[in-house]
Amino acid sequence: MELYRSHVLICGGTGCTSSGSDKVADKFDSELKKHDLDKEVKVVRTGCFGLCEVGPIVVVYPEGAFYSRITEEDVKLIVEEHLMKGRIVKDLLYDDSVKDDIIKSLSEVEFYKKQMRVALKGCGLIDPEDIDEYIAIDGYRALAKAVTEMTPEQVIDTLKESGLRGRGGAGFPTGLKWSFAAKAEGDEKYVICNADEGDPGAFMDRSILEGDPHAIIEAMTIAGYCIDASQGFIYVRAEYPIAVKRLNIAINQAKEYGLLGKNIFDSGFDFDLEVRLGAGAFVCGEETALISSIEGKRGEPTPKPPFPANEGVFGKPTLINNVETFANIPQILLNGPEWFTKIGTEKSKGTKVFALGGKINNTGLVEVPMGTTLREIVYEVGGGIPNGKKFKAAQTGGPSGGCIPASNLDVPIDYESLAQVGSMMGSGGLIIMDEDNCMVDIAKFFLQFTVDESCGKCPPCRIGTKRMLEILEKITSGNGTMEDIDNLEILANNIKQSALCGLGQTAPNPVLSTLTYFRDEYIAHVKDKKCPAGVCTNLLSYEIIEDKCRGCGLCARSCPVTAISGEKKKPYKIDQDKCIKCGACMEKCPFGAIIRK
Amino acid sequence: MKSIKELEEIRNRTLEKVNLRKDRQTGIRVVVGMATCGIAAGARPVLHAFMEEISKRKLQDVIVTQTGCIGVCRLEPIVEVFVPGEEKVTYVEMTPEKVARVVAEHIVNGRVVKEFTIGSYE
Ligand SMILES: Cc1cc2nc3c(=O)[nH]c(=O)nc-3n(C[C@H](O)[C@H](O)[C@H](O)COP(=O)(O)O)c2cc1C
Ligand code: SF4
Ligand code: SF4
Ligand code: SF4
Ligand code: FES
Ligand code: FES
Repeated sequence: MELYRSHVLICGGTGCTSSGSDKVADKFDSELKKHDLDKEVKVVRTGCFGLCEVGPIVVVYPEGAFYSRITEEDVKLIVEEHLMKGRIVKDLLYDDSVKDDIIKSLSEVEFYKKQMRVALKGCGLIDPEDIDEYIAIDGYRALAKAVTEMTPEQVIDTLKESGLRGRGGAGFPTGLKWSFAAKAEGDEKYVICNADEGDPGAFMDRSILEGDPHAIIEAMTIAGYCIDASQGFIYVRAEYPIAVKRLNIAINQAKEYGLLGKNIFDSGFDFDLEVRLGAGAFVCGEETALISSIEGKRGEPTPKPPFPANEGVFGKPTLINNVETFANIPQILLNGPEWFTKIGTEKSKGTKVFALGGKINNTGLVEVPMGTTLREIVYEVGGGIPNGKKFKAAQTGGPSGGCIPASNLDVPIDYESLAQVGSMMGSGGLIIMDEDNCMVDIAKFFLQFTVDESCGKCPPCRIGTKRMLEILEKITSGNGTMEDIDNLEILANNIKQSALCGLGQTAPNPVLSTLTYFRDEYIAHVKDKKCPAGVCTNLLSYEIIEDKCRGCGLCARSCPVTAISGEKKKPYKIDQDKCIKCGACMEKCPFGAIIRK
Repeated sequence: MKSIKELEEIRNRTLEKVNLRKDRQTGIRVVVGMATCGIAAGARPVLHAFMEEISKRKLQDVIVTQTGCIGVCRLEPIVEVFVPGEEKVTYVEMTPEKVARVVAEHIVNGRVVKEFTIGSYE
């Protein structure tokens, strides 16, 4: 075997790839060759490290130097200084990773301190296109153990003992779901991995597929063994090209090694996998719609029961789990259920991956033990709110979830606690909002998403959410009445109870939770005709403060509709009837004389 | 794949390679001077010899890294060994042949190989 003295890990996740990590990796290849180092230094393209915000990320081992925002031009310096002469290029290190001249190891960087990587274990560590590297970190050992040493019942019992619950949203106990599918009668059965992930702002599942695809293949094969299925489908969005490519590479490698196919580990068990591409409709993430889509029909939900465990794809018993759920399974079998139950809270075991976004310093991918508080995630992992602004709310669970206000910052993040404060875990989008966000506008944003994505099959969702959106639009444009607020609430509760599938049943949640915690903002829009956060255009006005205005005339020149007039050296005025509220004047005024109200 | 043994073989074969990517705060550090004069004097084969010797013996908690100019170019190749809690030891005029002894005596058994250290040269 070749021994490399240094490894250069370059993030090949979607975030870093879009900021140019491909070119950086190519440049490393060529620079290393040029200096005759290509036999000494190994270049590895990994999955997401988490800190996508400061990508492209490059980590050099054995020193563990964590470089951020690396461009093609920086590569020469890293090769010539660090890799040739052993001098770490301090200027390129991630800010938080140097202190008092000592390079902190990755686990000491604030961003990683509270994190624990279970589902993301291989992400950012191994080359996702090299099955041997997955095997080196104990990959496929859980499968080997399951099929050669355990009965399907024993595997399922292990999952039950671990307390693992589905990470796709609802949090149904995974072991129990597997036992239903195992018990179901059928000559053929199927295993499905739900990798649709349509929540706005979420990319946890995609990152796992990109960074550690074999973990999903291994877990699905174990599932096949447990429920006696010989075929599996991974349902991925076509707009996730890197994930699709790596999955296909991984499936082929697993087939070559005989880890998929006939007679796996000489146990007589056969299992095969196929990738199925989804067109990217949010409702196709709902399990019954997803199943219709795999069958080649329109992706529309059907009533439950029958549940997929009894009647799924092609009417056969089908086990369907989320990507992150699957990613936990090999770890549980390897380390034992006791290990898993020690992580997390009483009823929510293990860790949860979140895509942290919005008004937060470290946007990116994080994995924390269940029960970590929202405050810890925002201020320690996330590094706080940018520009010294105040935290206002966190939106969890995507369009199915709700907003958590600052008074609940100490809520532990687990299934029950989130439900208690009127939100939910969902699949794991975590969007942070500051004082500049208008909560009515946020509710409108999520409802707009639902209206666009509703499949239209049932009236409460098709018509009801549209009506809700109309009311919200009326309120944000300054024409709302107090009655509208009441109607909004009544409508929301009706839709929740009468919609056919989870999309419609949860669609009112963002509205309901903002009504609970930020009702005063709704009232301000209606009664005072004001948007307290200064977001809703119709309710804003730009005004010139006479005392501050020096009469320079800059604002008047920047106004696209000549709404500003005045005489040099005298206070200018804005004609409110003409003003279209574009904000251009406020940006231009050198004396801060223009305010938005 | 027919057996766990096969899987284990692939694992062991690849482990060394992935093992380098660990976050280590403890353990022994071997630092090889690799500035221009170090390389000219033959630091690279010395570094490789350390890597090989350490991997052969499957020493998990030892890392081999490099550094720039140490300051005494005439005694290159120079290697410093840092054992936690002990003073650093500087070996000079290292060769791949000397490496095996340093690994066996110093790194594994904790006995400094005095005759290779800077003290016995100065
Ligand atoms: C509208 C809607 C969209 C959904 N989207 C997803 C999704 O993108 N990914 C996912 O895993 N589950 C999604 N779900 C949940 C699935 O229906 C299902 O509960 C889940 O895949 C089960 O896996 P788990 O038990 O491992 O969580 C969605 C549900 C609804 C109602
Ligand atoms: S609730 Fe909405 S998405 Fe679900 S079936 Fe009804 S119309 Fe379709
Ligand atoms: S906000 Fe725009 S339209 Fe209104 S006065 Fe200023 S520049 Fe003119
Ligand atoms: S740019 Fe500012 S200071 Fe100048 S005229 Fe306009 S409001 Fe007055
Ligand atoms: S995609 Fe590179 S750190 Fe997330
Ligand atoms: S360059 Fe080697 S000690 Fe100075």
